[in-house]
Amino acid sequence: MADFQEQIGNLCPEAQFDASGEFLLVTVPDEKWHDLATALKNEMHFDYLTALVGVDWKEELGVMYYLTNTETQDMIHVKVATTDREQPRLHSVSDLWAVANYQEREVFDFYGIEFINHPDMRRFFLRNDWVGYPLRKDYDESPEKNPIRLDDEQNEDDTYRLVEDENGNVTRVDGKVFEDEEYVINVGPQHPSTHGVMRYRASIEGELVKKVDVVSGYIHRGIEKMCESLTYPQTLLYTERLDYMSAHINRHCLCLCIEKAMGLEVPRRAEIIRMTMDELMRLSSHLLSYGCLTMDQGATTAFFYGFRERELIYDIFDKTCGARMSMSYMTIGGVVADVHPDFIKDVRNCCDVVTEKLKEYHKLFSGNVIAVNRMKGVGILGKEDAINYAVTGPSGRASGCHCDVRKCHPYSLYNEVDFDEVILENGDSMDRYMVRMKEMEECIKILRQCCDMLEAEGIEGEYIAKVPKLIKLPAGHWYQQVEGSRGAFGVYLESDGDPKPFQKPYRLHFQSPCFNLVGVVDLTCKDNLIADLITITASIDYVIPDIDR
Amino acid sequence: MEVKIKSMKHEDFKDNEYIDKLVEELNASGTNVVVGKLDQLINWGISNSLWPFCFGTSCCAIEFMCLGAARYDMARFGFEVARNSPRQADYIMCQGTITYRMAPALKRLYEQMAEPKYVIACGACTVSGGPFKNSYCVVKGVDEIIPVDVYLPGCPPRPEAMFYALMQLQRKIKVQKFFGGVNRKEKRKEFFESKQVAPTVEQAQDSTIENLNNQE
Ligand code: SF4
Repeated sequence: MADFQEQIGNLCPEAQFDASGEFLLVTVPDEKWHDLATALKNEMHFDYLTALVGVDWKEELGVMYYLTNTETQDMIHVKVATTDREQPRLHSVSDLWAVANYQEREVFDFYGIEFINHPDMRRFFLRNDWVGYPLRKDYDESPEKNPIRLDDEQNEDDTYRLVEDENGNVTRVDGKVFEDEEYVINVGPQHPSTHGVMRYRASIEGELVKKVDVVSGYIHRGIEKMCESLTYPQTLLYTERLDYMSAHINRHCLCLCIEKAMGLEVPRRAEIIRMTMDELMRLSSHLLSYGCLTMDQGATTAFFYGFRERELIYDIFDKTCGARMSMSYMTIGGVVADVHPDFIKDVRNCCDVVTEKLKEYHKLFSGNVIAVNRMKGVGILGKEDAINYAVTGPSGRASGCHCDVRKCHPYSLYNEVDFDEVILENGDSMDRYMVRMKEMEECIKILRQCCDMLEAEGIEGEYIAKVPKLIKLPAGHWYQQVEGSRGAFGVYLESDGDPKPFQKPYRLHFQSPCFNLVGVVDLTCKDNLIADLITITASIDYVIPDIDR
Repeated sequence: MEVKIKSMKHEDFKDNEYIDKLVEELNASGTNVVVGKLDQLINWGISNSLWPFCFGTSCCAIEFMCLGAARYDMARFGFEVARNSPRQADYIMCQGTITYRMAPALKRLYEQMAEPKYVIACGACTVSGGPFKNSYCVVKGVDEIIPVDVYLPGCPPRPEAMFYALMQLQRKIKVQKFFGGVNRKEKRKEFFESKQVAPTVEQAQDSTIENLNNQE
């Protein structure tokens, strides 16, 4: 930490440091930020922008950046803010980290901060005729301002940029997303193969895709804003409705984050149970993505196979958590109840069945000529790009990135279990598919070890720590990430330490993996057939409610 | 410790005061034998081949997929032909939150469906906004935009509950009047008038035509 401070101090003398938190916090004035960011990326190898969080501190509006060095896995934390609330402007870093493009649009949408030199300043989640910036603390929520509008959005093609010249004068340049002569086709928002309510506008030439414009926000529910008016245990509920295919994992992440802030020790048994649940969830998620990917290519039978095995996992959840989906099982300090007496037996059985069936899956689909032709060499995402666009999870590993949070920043008890990180090289649809298939085997490996660990703990035990009735966190901010089924899921939690009768988070941000995944749709689909848009997006495998939050 | 779960009794399952009332109302003025029989025949046909329109926006959609998969297998009831085009479907099963941005699309999809059309609000979100009731951009129940025939609570509802909702819809259809059954359409008109929402696509078109005429 100390040498970062020295290095950054040399690069940018105006920077202020605070080493009291988990990571070194660097506060930089906006004018110096772009230069420092360039140096951070090129000289200090902070090439992975882990999170970009907009925050409203009342007197200031600003952005928190979390940067990771993919070689050493060191992380630093940068704060850039402006006091101008009327026309807040910051410098964009989307030219350095491509993932910042969409993330800055999100911040613009929520806080109205405009990014200078950003190529395409449009709203991301909300309609372009939306009034106000909802995540600002002084946002007017009255329904008269923003009624339910049942007319179509106008002027979707209009965008603008803020261009800065050498003297620092900023001018606004209007532009169009698509030129008039381009042939644009619309996919979605209600289309069966977009796996939810996602909309693409693809410009095509003949049958080749030239550019894809992602129109998101059809399931944007404003979860982050709602969390600011709930107590900590209440916020847990929303995590399961982000990526519902990694419900346990997301919830685990927020629990870990709050526990970290409280300094709470979780009983070992609880951690084992949590880890088992996480892996079951991952298994179930990969089975679903197998089912969907195959169905998108016309192999409907395979879809039924995937779902047949998922029912086994649902049964396990049902017995222990009392629900098939949205389980609400983990809680701050542990889990809400001990596992069902049959739990270990069921998990072992599930492992055996899935191991057997995986062979069948491969026989049925993996080697199939049609599948191979449609997936091999299609939609290639290189390693550089994957890091630049912060693509993690199975899709990132298919491009050769070492990005499994369970290995890079071990949490829970993952350093006690033995498993391999599946990394492939080609980054095409086939590899993305194969990573998931292989990861299922790893899941099973972990699950078997979890069963052993749980057996060693005995039949019963302490499954929840002593937690105070009212949870109060000191002032500060925390960032926690876990490996979701689709990539690194992160939670940014900020508390103002205000001991009101019920303490609420000042800012809670979910850094969802799918948000980054959708950023590469344009890149991977470019110069591919329009028909392959479906297979590529299916192999990237995102969950729309996770993008939109 | 044994947990006793009270399951629904068969009589309760069959108990439908509300539908009984509907039947009474419908038959209040008596029925013509021929028309009545034809009604029955048509309703029997419709209710046993209800084709859903795949409209899943969020978590509930996954449970609906389970309904289509092997264990629950909704094909047993004639629901299996899930359509991707609203023009071929009989009912929308709204699975998942509807946000302000999605609202116009849902409205339009509903308008595109052919008569007779039905709506099931599946899950807490579509019934009332559910966990997202306090949000700045979530529609608090789809019945703010389109008329709903069956409300199905749950977050998400279990597949069994989904079956119950679907069968409830079947029952409703079995007693409706197809011939001379203007009441459904009337009600719908009333519904849209009472909601006083922004003009529909058709109305907007009408008004532009009017404007054009005025200009001439
Ligand atoms: S009702 Fe619950 S499960 Fe269904 S879409 Fe809403 S939040 Fe998801």
